[in-house]
Formats: sequence, structure tokens, C-alpha cells
Amino acid sequence: MTRQEAVLEVEDLRTYFFTRGGVAKAVDGVSFTLHRGEILGLVGESGSGKSVTGMSVLGLVDPPGRIVGGAVRYHGEDLVTAAEKRLRQLRGSRIAMIFQDPMMTLNPVLSVETQMVETVLAHDRVSRSEARERSREALARVGIPSPDERLAAYPHQFSGGMRQRVAIAIALLHRPDVIIADEPTTALDVTIQAQILFEMQKLCRETGTALVWITHDLAVVSGLADRIAVMYAGRIVEIGSAVEVIDGARHPYTHGLLGSVPSRNRRGEPLAQIPGMTPSLLNLPEGCAFRPRCPRATDACFALPPLSDEAHGWRCFNPQGAVA
Amino acid sequence: MTATTSSRAAVPLPAPGSATPMLELSHLTKRFTTKLDFAERLAKRLGAKVQEFDVRAVDDVSLAIAPGEVVGLVGESGCGKTTLGRMVAGIIPPSSGELIYRGRPMAALPHDEARQATLKIQMVFQDPMASLNPRLRVSEIIGEAPRVHGIVSRNEQADYVASIMRKVGLDPAYAARFPHQFSGGQRQRIGIARALAVQPDFLVCDESVAALDVSIQAQIINLFMELRRDLGLTYLFISHDLGVVEHIADRTVIMYLGRVVEVAPSAELFTKPNHPYSRALLDEAPRVDTRKRTFAPIRGEIPSPLDPPAGCAFHPRCPLALPRCRSERPSLREIAPGRLSACHLNDMQ
Amino acid sequence: MTAVNPATAAPSRVQTPLKRFVVEFLDSRVAVLGLVVLVLIVSSALFAPWIAPQDPYDLSKLDIMNGMLSPGSADMDGNLFWLGSDEQGRDLLSAILYGLRTSLLVGFSSTTVALAIGLMVGMIAAYAGGSLDAAIMRLVDIQLSFPAILIALILLAVLGKGVDKVIIALTAIQWAYYARTVRSAALVERRKEYVEAAQCLALPRQRIVLRHLLPNCLPPLIVVATVQVAHAITLEATLSFLGVGVPVTEPSLGMLIASGFDYMLSGEFWVSLFPGLALLVTIVSINLVGDQMRDVLNPRLQH
Ligand SMILES: Nc1ncnc2c1ncn2[C@@H]1O[C@H](COP(=O)(O)OP(=O)(O)OP(=O)(O)O)[C@@H](O)[C@H]1O
Ligand SMILES: Nc1ncnc2c1ncn2[C@@H]1O[C@H](COP(=O)(O)OP(=O)(O)OP(=O)(O)O)[C@@H](O)[C@H]1O
Ligand code: SF4
Ligand SMILES: [Mg+2]
Ligand SMILES: [Mg+2]
Repeated sequence: MTRQEAVLEVEDLRTYFFTRGGVAKAVDGVSFTLHRGEILGLVGESGSGKSVTGMSVLGLVDPPGRIVGGAVRYHGEDLVTAAEKRLRQLRGSRIAMIFQDPMMTLNPVLSVETQMVETVLAHDRVSRSEARERSREALARVGIPSPDERLAAYPHQFSGGMRQRVAIAIALLHRPDVIIADEPTTALDVTIQAQILFEMQKLCRETGTALVWITHDLAVVSGLADRIAVMYAGRIVEIGSAVEVIDGARHPYTHGLLGSVPSRNRRGEPLAQIPGMTPSLLNLPEGCAFRPRCPRATDACFALPPLSDEAHGWRCFNPQGAVA
Repeated sequence: MTATTSSRAAVPLPAPGSATPMLELSHLTKRFTTKLDFAERLAKRLGAKVQEFDVRAVDDVSLAIAPGEVVGLVGESGCGKTTLGRMVAGIIPPSSGELIYRGRPMAALPHDEARQATLKIQMVFQDPMASLNPRLRVSEIIGEAPRVHGIVSRNEQADYVASIMRKVGLDPAYAARFPHQFSGGQRQRIGIARALAVQPDFLVCDESVAALDVSIQAQIINLFMELRRDLGLTYLFISHDLGVVEHIADRTVIMYLGRVVEVAPSAELFTKPNHPYSRALLDEAPRVDTRKRTFAPIRGEIPSPLDPPAGCAFHPRCPLALPRCRSERPSLREIAPGRLSACHLNDMQ
Repeated sequence: MTAVNPATAAPSRVQTPLKRFVVEFLDSRVAVLGLVVLVLIVSSALFAPWIAPQDPYDLSKLDIMNGMLSPGSADMDGNLFWLGSDEQGRDLLSAILYGLRTSLLVGFSSTTVALAIGLMVGMIAAYAGGSLDAAIMRLVDIQLSFPAILIALILLAVLGKGVDKVIIALTAIQWAYYARTVRSAALVERRKEYVEAAQCLALPRQRIVLRHLLPNCLPPLIVVATVQVAHAITLEATLSFLGVGVPVTEPSLGMLIASGFDYMLSGEFWVSLFPGLALLVTIVSINLVGDQMRDVLNPRLQH
């Protein structure tokens, strides 16, 4: 496989929330590189900083949150220091975001057609009829039957799954280079989820769009992603190709997560479980944040472990041997 | 058989382990309808698009659950899982059909026994925060019902609550806290403790691990299995996560648009599903052990429960549909010992 | 042997919702200032008989010769009139303190009674549902579609003057507001899983309503009620200003403003100005407290 050009490089990104209770380091030194047509799965538990990472890339972090360090390079151009005007130009055309709740994208009082046509016209100088044709195509691409009639409909006339597909169609209108999808299928059924995953896969293969798929569900990304990054308490604790991370997990947390998946346990036997609970960001353990729950912890773990490697790397002093 | 009036006395019921099912659902149906009010009728006269709304959320479901069994209930969003669970737990009454608890129809029980039977069937909810009253301390959340029903006296309440908390892996020292002071997993344990406090023998778990973090889910699933072993509980385990159901259910029921389409022992169902919908479900469920696969698009339209298709409700999406499927509704019938399926294809062999 | 690990420590000390509310309330300086001012106002109104220089209701103590004294001047006996006097020779400071008593009494009591009625009616509507609910809510809608002041004017025209009559009129216009708020809060709460859990535990119905539903419907109401007190006080002032509220012998703030209004342009501004300021400060401080309560309670409502 030839090395593709990097579309998006996130380097040592730090986004902190300055709250009443203290500073929450929601994203604390996250780095990853996204190549053309690549799908990166960003996995982690609730509160581990996945959404904030996605929002930071687009410069959408609201106070009390702030990007306090690091760089986000889109084709080499740093977005952290870019002007708001430039960001707005990129957002929605070159870099698109899909949210868990499609109503974040859709306006309930406008017809789907109005919203899609406006989106096209906002970034491209084309005629109205051409914009309409593009909208129709985009709807057809996400598998919405009879797109011509559906264009005239309002969001509330669609089911949840169809609304999400419309939101995705809007994200696809400008054939963006990068799509950041934040748990867009969590609320959907497996069959509809499969449909959406199918469309996304096809899109990446055909147009070279790079995709960051944020989810808490390892099973979804293991079938979809080329690379997987596992987040814990604001940091990437393991990153690598899907095969490396799922079949050769080295970080005890990744290992524990995979071990607790029911299908990896004998039917009816107790599931392997990770003891304890996710720490509060305001009160993180010193050194490796996973230490209090980690079965392999040693005294060395009171220091912060570095990420071992770019290709398949982990933040751990006592990594697990590769599992079969 | 005289009904005892003392609330502490057990309801005279057939002994567990006998051939009688613990709980039988007989032709349970739930319809949700709204009648138009005056203003809406007027608007309709004037040509506005107001519709009387009539959903058969659960349509003629029959099922017998043996003592100690874990029955999994699977199906897509809106197919009526929660509605069925709420009917079983006695939160909403069925529109028609009945619940038979240890051989006796619940609706026909005298008041006191009916209450006892209701207490024997408890529910564990999906949202660990919304299912706990934010204004009550844990001691009261767990201890209120047993005290009100005379299972413990006011003096015994604290000790009783402590023992139940220990049973679900909570430190009794937290009894004086409020729900918001706990993590999601701990809140779910409180919800389980509340159900256990009235000494049930049947638990309805409606997506009880869905809202929890992945690493916490395993802890709660293990707790359910431990309680089953230690207390001999019977479960109706509702979940959209096929992996979880496969792991803990003895038997699995698959629903589509309010109706049961397949019932089978889990081991068989997950290796050899019969109904085309079950197959589609199993095929599309993401699994950790599949690497870089191609996903399949949906054929046909997802039907609305307000306007279910005639014949077999799955026919618009079914790759194997026969002409007959469009007009004639297949009945749920035995295709092998212990296996039921509602599909015309089974008549073909 | 259980393999369950005892759940590790939950965050923070034992903290009641009330304590948390207080801590978060105290977070805003403006609101604390509002609260301090409000406490000062309420206590000076409560203790008016002891701190006021004069009893403004005792006509025998009034001397018409002391009419229209300017602020800071003294009468023949050397009694200082801090804020001046009105046309009947009343010490304005005393009149304001006593007037506050009337205004606050009217505001708080009408709000409390309306709250109680609205709470009951709203709960019944939400819990009963169906046609009773529809009937109650239509009545509420009809009442709320009329301007409050109009209803109060009509009622007072029928009932006549008097503090008690004003309270009745203000209660009558406010209850519908609470009924609607309670009903919508109760409808939201009723769908929450904890109420279903209580039903599943076969708890008696009145216990579910009183111990589970009601306490959780209260927070939005308390907020509405605080702001509503300010509203009631303003309404009472308006009614008295229009001359249909409290009797002249027991002037409230609105009455005082009205009585000084004629002199406004002839240089004797104080007769209207000081009662007006007192009214303004009272209302602003109540609203500040109410707003902060809303801000603190609101995120909690979304759980
Ligand atoms: N507006 C905010 N104010 C304060 N802290 C915030 C805010 N938004 C996010 N955070 C903090 O950032 C952390 C990470 O949040 P984020 O939404 O990225 O989590 P996530 O991984 O997307 O979780 P989920 O799976 O629940 O969506 C949270 O733990 C929270 O403490
Ligand atoms: N109180 C109600 N009034 C009207 N319709 C209802 C009510 N409750 C449920 N329904 C309808 O009944 C159908 C079944 O809903 P139910 O909540 O049982 O589905 P479910 O299988 O639990 O779905 P999910 O997986 O999304 O929880 C849905 O179409 C829903 O819209
Ligand atoms: S660094 Fe130490 S505590 Fe952290 S995961 Fe590795 S072994 Fe465990
Ligand atoms: Mg998120
Ligand atoms: Mg449900």
C-alpha cells in the first residue's frame, strides 16, 4: 500500500474546560494523522473527550472550553490559529461534521430542499436548479427512496433514521475531504446502521473522503475503520490499524474492553470485567489515568507513560503481550 | 384455598419447579389510540390533516416463561419491546389478553393477592438517572416499598436496606446519599436494589445496560447472572444488543412491528436463525470479530407502526418474499421442538 | 461468594440538594446583593411599628400643618422628616415602611394562596387527564387570554375596596398561571421512569402523587412564584394608583405614588419619587433573586 497524502494532522491537541470545579482537561495531548480515503475509528467511554476532539478540529469549542495548545493541520494549514472566517469557509464544505442528533444540523421549520439548496449556494456559485439537482443526488446516495418527493418534505415527516440520512446527505453535498461523524448511528437500529455504514464506506472508497468515526462501540469500528484510536480520560491510550488494536491490543484498558465483550466470553460464564469506574476529569489519578483500575499497574505507573509509537502505539509501561 | 389477609403471608401459589410456567402471556395486545378533541375534529372538517392515531404497539403476543429461565427480547426500535415489558411489570394494563402468574390469571386475583403478585414481578429501567427519584435518599429509594408493604418494620428498615445494598455490590455507608452523588453504574445498582427489596421472583430488564459505559456494562451483566444463581430469579431481558442477549438468555424472542416473529433457544437461534428478519438482524449486527467488512444497504422502506403493511409485516424488506406474503399474515407456529417462527417459507418444505 | 467489587467511593461529601442549591445560588454576587436588599426590605416592613418614626395610620398623630415638608426638614417639635411629608402631614419614611407592609402582604399572600390552588388544580388535571383535564385547561386558557388588570378591575368593582378584597382579586388572576405550570411539570415528571418504578412497586396512589410527583414539580413553581410576587406587588400598586385598591387610610406604595402624582410637576417631587423608588428596589431585588433561582434550578430539571 502506498503512503497516501495526509489530509488532516492533529498534533498534541489540548482542549481544556475552565469550570467552577477546576480545569477539566477534556482533550490532553491528542495526536493522529488522517490520510485520503482513510477511516479512523475514535473509541472511548462517555466523557473520555471524543466529541470535544471532533469539535476542536472544527474550531467549535464553546466557552468555558478553549484550545490551549497543539495544532490541527488541514493540508498543512493550521486551523487552531486560523481566522474564524476561514474556518467558516472550510466547515460544511471541505470539513463536515455529522452529529448524533440530526436535529443539530436540520432546521425544523424549513423544507429539506430549502436547507440543502441553501447549503450548496453558501459555498458554490451555481444556479438554483443545479443546486437542486445536487441535493437530489445526495439524497439518493444515502438511500432515500423517491428523493424528488422527499425534497419537499419537512424534517418532522421523516423517521429518525431517515433524518440522520438527510443530515449525512447535507454533509456530503460538497464532497468534503474530511468528515467527522460523532456517534451518528448510536440511536439507530442495526439494519439502518448497516445502511449508513454502507454509504459511508462507499463514499470513502469512491471519493477519497477521509472519515473520523466517533463511537463508544468497538464492534462498529472494528468492521468499518482502517485505524482505531482508543481514548481514556482525554488521551489516546492506544492507536493502530484495526487489526493491530482489536487482535493485538497492548494497552490493559483496550485489552479489558475487548475482554468484556460478550461474544468473547463463553455463553453464560461471567464476563471479564474492568473493576472500578471511570475517573472524573477534575480529579484524575496521578500518572497513568487508568492506574487505579489496572491489573498490571506498578510503581512506574505514577509517571505519565508516553505514546510508544506512531503506527501502533500505546501509553503504558507494562503493556499486555499480544493476544491471539 | 382461602386468601390470607395478612400482608406478610405468602400468596398460595403452585410451588416453583412444577410444570406450571412462572409467567404466561396470553394473547397480550396493547393499542394506543387518541380520540380527536373538539377543536381537532373541527380542524379536520375544515380540511386540516389531523389523524386519529391508533398504534398496535403489541399485537397478540403469547409466551410462557418457565421458573428460573432467562428470556431475551430483541427487535428494532419501536417494535413494542418496552410496551410489552411495561405490561408484564403491571405498569400499564393490556388492551386485551391476560397475564397468568403461576397458573392464575392476574386480573382475576382478589385485591390483596393481586398486589402480592405485582410485587413479585419487578422492573429494572433503562435510564439509571431518570429511574431514581432525585429527591429521595438511597435508604428511602430502596426501603420505602418494603416498609409500605409491611415486609420490614420501620426499625428494621436500615438493616434491611444495608443487606440489599451489599447484595448488589454497593457500600451500605452510602445509604444517606442522593442519586446524583453516584456514577451511572452505581445508580443502576440502586435501581436493581430497589427492585430486589420487595423480594421479587421475576425481573423485567428493559435495556438495563444500554445507558452504561462499556466497561461498566460487564459489571452489571455479571451482577444479573449472579442474582439469578443466588436468588433463583427469572428474567425477561429486553435489549437491542444481540451480543448481550446471546450471552445471557436461555431463549430469545424476536419481535417485529408489535408481533413475535421467532422464538428459539438462544444457542440455536444465533447459529441458525429461521425467520428472514432474524437473519437480517444477525447479519447486520456489528461484531468485534469481523474485520473490515462490507455493509449491506436496506432493501425497501422501513414501515411505520401507524400503518403496518398487510400480510407479513416484513414483506417489503424481505429478500425471499412470496406473493402470498403480501396478502396473508403468517401465523407463529412450531417448526421444530421448542422453536417457533412466523414465516410462509416454512410451509414450502 | 460474589465477584462484585464494592463500588468505589462516590464523589464529594454528603450533600443534600438543598445545600447544593444554596452553594450555587451564592455564586452570583448580584443575586446575593438582591437577596440582602430583599431581606432588609422585608424585615424593615415587618418591624415598621418599631422603627418608623410615626404611625401614619393614626390620624390623630398627623398634623396638617406639617404637610408637604421637603426631605430633611423638621417640624416645630424638632421631629426630623427624612424623606419629607405628604399633603396630610404624614412622615413619608413611615408611610413607605407601612406601605411596604401592605404591598408585601398583598403580594406574598395572594401568591401563596394562588400557588396552593393552582398546585391542586394542576395536579388533578395532570393526573386525571381526559375530559376533566380538558375542561380545566380550557378554563385556564380563557382566563389567561384576558388582561390580568381587567379581571382585577371588574372583580374589585364588584367586591369593593380593602386589602382582603385586593388579595382575593390578585389570587383569582394568578391561580390559572400556576395551574398551567404545575400541569405541564407534572406531565413531564409523570412520564419519568421513577414514577413508573413507584407504580411497579405498587405504592398507593396518593403516596406517588404526594411523595414522588409533587416534590419534583415544585422547583419550576417556586421560580414562577418568586417572580409572580413582584408581579402581584406591581398589580396592587397599579390598582391602588387607579384608586380601586386599598383604602386611603391604609396607603400602600401605589396609593402613595398616586397621591403625590399631582405635585410631581410643581416641584414637590418627593411624595411620588420615594415610594416609587421603594417599589422599584423591591421589585428589582425580588426579580434578581428569582432569576438566579431559575438559573440554578433549571439544569437540574433536565435530568
Ligand atoms: N461545556 C462544557 N463545560 C465543562 N466541561 C465540559 C463541557 N463540554 C465537555 N466537557 C468535559 O469534557 C469531557 C469530554 O466530553 P466529551 O463530550 O468529549 O465526551 P465524549 O467522549 O464525547 O463522551 P460521550 O460518549 O458521552 O459523548 C467531559 O468529561 C466533560 O467533563
Ligand atoms: N404512551 C404511548 N402513546 C402512544 N404511542 C405509544 C406510547 N408508548 C409507545 N407508543 C408507540 O408504540 C410503539 C412501540 O413502542 P415501544 O416503546 O414499546 O418500542 P420499543 O421496542 O421499546 O422501542 P425502543 O427500542 O426504541 O425502546 C411505538 O410505535 C411507539 O410510538
Ligand atoms: S501504565 Fe501502568 S497503570 Fe497505566 S495501563 Fe500501563 S500498566 Fe496499567
Ligand atoms: Mg460525545
Ligand atoms: Mg424501549
